[in-house]
Amino acid sequence: MANPFIIALGKGIRALARLRGSGAGGGSALPGLVVERLSPQFATRILERLPHGVVLVSGTNGKTTTTKAVAELLASQGMRVFTNNTGSNFMRGVISALLARVTLLGRLDADIAVLELDEAHAVRFVQAIRPRYALLLNVMRDQLDRYGEIDRTAQFLATVAEGTEGCVVANREDRRIAALCSRGSLRASLRWFGLAPDLRARFPQDDDLWVEGRHEVPASAEAQPDADVVLCEAEGSRVALLVAGEEGRLHADLALKGLYNAYNAAAALAVARAVIEGEGLGPPCTRELMRALQEVRSAFGRGEAVCVDGHSVELLLVKNPGGFRLALDSFDAAGHLTMIAINDNTADGHDMSWLYDVSFVGLRATGVAMVSGVRGFDMALRLAYDGVPVEAVECGLRSALDAFLALPSELPRRIYCTYTAMLELRRLMAGKTPIEKVS
Amino acid sequence: MALSTAEPLVICHLYPLEMNIYGDHGNVQVLVRRCELRGIPVRVEAYHPRAAFPARVDLLVGGGGQDSGQVRVKDDLPRVAGQLRELVASGVPALVVCGTYQLFGKRFITVAGEDIEGIGVFDLHTVGGAERMIGNIAIETSKFGTVIGYENHSGATLLGVGAQPFGTVTSGMGNNGDDGTEGVFSHNAIGTYLHGPLLPKNPRVADFLIAAALARRSNALGDGPGELAQELAPLDELDALAERARAVALTRPR
Repeated sequence: MANPFIIALGKGIRALARLRGSGAGGGSALPGLVVERLSPQFATRILERLPHGVVLVSGTNGKTTTTKAVAELLASQGMRVFTNNTGSNFMRGVISALLARVTLLGRLDADIAVLELDEAHAVRFVQAIRPRYALLLNVMRDQLDRYGEIDRTAQFLATVAEGTEGCVVANREDRRIAALCSRGSLRASLRWFGLAPDLRARFPQDDDLWVEGRHEVPASAEAQPDADVVLCEAEGSRVALLVAGEEGRLHADLALKGLYNAYNAAAALAVARAVIEGEGLGPPCTRELMRALQEVRSAFGRGEAVCVDGHSVELLLVKNPGGFRLALDSFDAAGHLTMIAINDNTADGHDMSWLYDVSFVGLRATGVAMVSGVRGFDMALRLAYDGVPVEAVECGLRSALDAFLALPSELPRRIYCTYTAMLELRRLMAGKTPIEKVS
Repeated sequence: MALSTAEPLVICHLYPLEMNIYGDHGNVQVLVRRCELRGIPVRVEAYHPRAAFPARVDLLVGGGGQDSGQVRVKDDLPRVAGQLRELVASGVPALVVCGTYQLFGKRFITVAGEDIEGIGVFDLHTVGGAERMIGNIAIETSKFGTVIGYENHSGATLLGVGAQPFGTVTSGMGNNGDDGTEGVFSHNAIGTYLHGPLLPKNPRVADFLIAAALARRSNALGDGPGELAQELAPLDELDALAERARAVALTRPR
């Protein structure tokens, strides 16, 4: 049983951390870090008692939004879901989220956990707790200063897949993921989610990043395995999915924005179906799940729009070239004022080379109104080499945000930002307007 | 500068699919853009494994790769080793970073003890280590002043007795973390661990490569010794941004 004193201590630290970080999201990992040190088995003991086990979500891009979608889909089916919904995706983030939900006796009032974990921490997690389900999203270059190589990241996900007991749901279109799932080393069953051929060119693989503009996808020579859910149309917020066992295309009008989120939604649907079937909860009612899918809203800092000083402001987290490319491709720059904020703290990555794996030519016509962040001048230089006009560079986020909001234009604002820039901007905006807190 | 020919400058990008891990495409992009802005016609020719080597090359660029990419490259390099050695010896400017830098040396001994023969463009060898040398790096060079970048490598490179380093490390690890050297400079070729990519924040290095390529070509055409960098038109707007980005980079923790 979990030690009530440790739980009380963790809850106390959590309360203090929340008082100090008056904005949303601040300090969310600290209590988890302390409890993890004092009681390394804390999370294991609680999570292994869940009747329907753990769904683990990992991969480079889309973890937070997809985790939120899976949790909401399962909740729509009457399951009580525990999830780490702060985007803090290390073990300590899971523990912090647990501290918010458990009783002093270590009881967690939930049927199933849906957990987002960073690739390296996902490996540590499966060594402690075998998940029943794993969702593998994609492998792209990210934080090479931390992990060194993409192939190493793929190896992390292979370990996760091999440690999963029930069903692995994997991205059929990601060459590295497809390869690691097809080695015959899984004990779990395997399901795919995928893209219709004409959409594949819009999702560059890591190996294609160096190619300017859109890449050509060679006509698939080898037959691909059937996928449980296939995204076949995505036009604005309207999507069409092909789902195994359902007749014709299923249409939905998503609250989530952006092409990559349409694909994340397809992934979430595939996982929810796998869980419902795997846990013997009857055949999944896909139409009901589709209705729930439409309601899923973007996660913390991942495209949420808030109203600040009378302007709609959208924050888009960009962490790596693949994500940045997809975000630029998903959102038309026209009709918006654009700001980009690039920090280089540890959570963002110290190495700026990734900015050169993103093509910014799509911003040439509109230009960028404000460039900010510690590495604002690196970003401005990058834009200059792509011939993108930049109106202003102001490294301080506070003054940059103020100036960006004060621009004499009615257009909605869009801010692409790295992780710590996103946290800071959100804190600054929370000082101007009420923003929903995340626990 | 009057170009003696309308023939574009040919930049040969070595193994762009295998060796591109640290935004290496950015180095090529900077060279192209700095030529275009000055009205210098320029063309990039990618060289892929087993393909035909470009008939004419004015400038060579190669990047860093993952182990898997590097394996494909080391198998192909011997095919073109003779051409590459000849090009560099004849003064063709080159910038090779990280993995390509290592393979341009004499040998590479991996952590597992495998002994890989390099193509010997540079007098150096590299020994793989368990520790990665990662972080912001600054070096002092006699030719370009302070050069700034980011390093991420596990190989320790040792220069041969006569080899000149690209620079001396002022902050960071450099070739091996021990002897204070970074990279190598030979003829007009630079081998280095600095990415970032290197050229955007170090425009003097970029212009040296372009000027050396132009000079060598006008020599070949019998126009006498080519005039070097001072003849290249200044690119004030880009270089002012680079100056600000450099100033910030120098203040960042390793």
